[in-house]
Amino acid sequence: MSDPVQNNGKEPLASVVNLKAAYGDHVVLDDVSLDITEGEILVILGNSGCGKTTLLKHFIGLKQPSEGHVKLFGDDWWSLDEPEREAAIQKIGVLFQYGALLGSRTLAANVAVPLEQHTNLSDEVISRIVGLKLRQVGLQGSEKLLPSELSGGMRKRAGLARALALDPPLVFCDEPSAGLDPATTYLLDKLLLDLRTNLGLTLVIVTHETASIKRIADRIAFLDEGKLVFTGNLKEAMSSGIEPVEQFFHVAGAVT
Amino acid sequence: MALTRKETGFIVEEGSIRLLTDLRRGGPPRLLENLCEAVKKSEGNRVYLDLSNLKRLDSLGGSLLAELSVRGHVAGKQLRFTGVSEEVEKGLSRYYFPSPELRVPSQKFKILDELGQKIVEFWESVGDLVLLISESIYWSIIALWRADGHRKGAVEAQALAIGVGALPVVATISFLVGLVLALQSAAQLRQFGANIFVADLIAISMTREMGPLMTAILLAGRSGSAIAAEIATMQVNEEIDALRTMGLNPIRYVVVPKVWGIILTAPLLSIMATVIGIAGGFIIGVTSLDLSPQAFLAEAVGSLQLLDIISGTVKSLVFAVLIVILAAYYGFRVKGGPEGVGRVTTTSVVVSIFAVIVADAILGLLFYL
Repeated sequence: MSDPVQNNGKEPLASVVNLKAAYGDHVVLDDVSLDITEGEILVILGNSGCGKTTLLKHFIGLKQPSEGHVKLFGDDWWSLDEPEREAAIQKIGVLFQYGALLGSRTLAANVAVPLEQHTNLSDEVISRIVGLKLRQVGLQGSEKLLPSELSGGMRKRAGLARALALDPPLVFCDEPSAGLDPATTYLLDKLLLDLRTNLGLTLVIVTHETASIKRIADRIAFLDEGKLVFTGNLKEAMSSGIEPVEQFFHVAGAVT
Repeated sequence: MALTRKETGFIVEEGSIRLLTDLRRGGPPRLLENLCEAVKKSEGNRVYLDLSNLKRLDSLGGSLLAELSVRGHVAGKQLRFTGVSEEVEKGLSRYYFPSPELRVPSQKFKILDELGQKIVEFWESVGDLVLLISESIYWSIIALWRADGHRKGAVEAQALAIGVGALPVVATISFLVGLVLALQSAAQLRQFGANIFVADLIAISMTREMGPLMTAILLAGRSGSAIAAEIATMQVNEEIDALRTMGLNPIRYVVVPKVWGIILTAPLLSIMATVIGIAGGFIIGVTSLDLSPQAFLAEAVGSLQLLDIISGTVKSLVFAVLIVILAAYYGFRVKGGPEGVGRVTTTSVVVSIFAVIVADAILGLLFYL
């Protein structure tokens, strides 16, 4: 399989090896192997129901593979013991599709959750960090708001602030542009790019928004019916000669 | 023929069947069955259907003709159309697919399959419940000396929400229960001149049974539903997943504070319910049974034994834990979106009230056999 963004000899930050996932008899992921290289923005792409979200859930440890391995920073997720896994999980951030903020708590309290859990910092320091994170995503001054008082785009940015709370080097985003208008999507993409530049993040983004892909993707991994059929950059994807990939960009390109 | 042409919607002619209706909205009732009969009765294995009266053919008519064609085929008859106008031809090409696989299979389930699946599901859900119970108990005990798994002040907040919030309703209901118990029993006891035993009856039944039970039923309705709905909503909104990816154990973060919140407050609520219930009986006793306040109180206190108080308290603790665990269990089990939340909330209330009453019966037997 072609892999144009060279690893430059670096160890991948995370990878899945010969991953297989199934719900009962229904195979969702079939022999998927994928590396995430430090510093890149990897977009996981595919039509609805192809297993994108399932793949993401394996990367972040929410699902245990039926076969194969999931590696995070060189270690196999499921051979780690409890404290090691807790240490590993602090090095990743996850932005869920609709932000997944705790509905009963303010924005500041939401962003503070990982800090309260994993550090011994005093409340004053935590509130300082929370202010900083909210400023990074452009939500300064919204500390006291509840998630229900926010728009969809703001919720996602708040979710991003929470994902960034412990300064993880690797951030996963599940359909960040789902349910957002094109202008808000544009701003969110720009935010992700800025964060990558300023914080040196590695980003893995599940999406099917072509406009977004064109703006942010360094590398594309295309899933089709549970199989990884293509990895490479956008230009190569457009001329890959692989039917579902070309079809995706052709159809999507026609409407955008 | 018993039916007129207008009613059947077709007429059988020499060598063909002529449709008289246009097939919009599927034609007259039982058209398909009657046509099918006519097709089967016709001679030869080619049957001609004259469509010249049709102006156009929609998807309903097309599907009806397709079904007719398939049924005819089964009976050894080939259906042919005549008098097809250009408009109808268009309809045929769009909607006429006499292929059997286009029929949605009817849901004829096999009883054994269903039964087996139900048994497997049942065992899996029992397994889930046992897992949740053991994890909740384990982490609740751990929480006694390690409070890092949940937010500071969460237990106090839950105790306030579950316990203090329930005060007015529990007080009102148990007062009324005491009142009614006294009224009903007085009517009987008065006949024997045994008015004074109303005091014993109220004291013992409120302490052993009604206090803990009424408290538990109100807690199941008020807090059990809230807990199930809260956890189910968190599950649906991926908040539970988010907690996991932040390295938090959802049981420790969400369930444990509720377990302690209810354990701390339910016995107190139950004791308060008992006292207020007895007060309700006291009012009836003094006002309408001509008992002196001193006599009522002396009789009530004298009738109670330590075991009654212990059994009432133990019951309220068991009920409380049942309510939280069952609510959490159904909350975590939610399937689907917002409508799933409503479903599991209802189920959790029904099941926990049921469980509370069963547990009450078992504990009653254990304490007094």
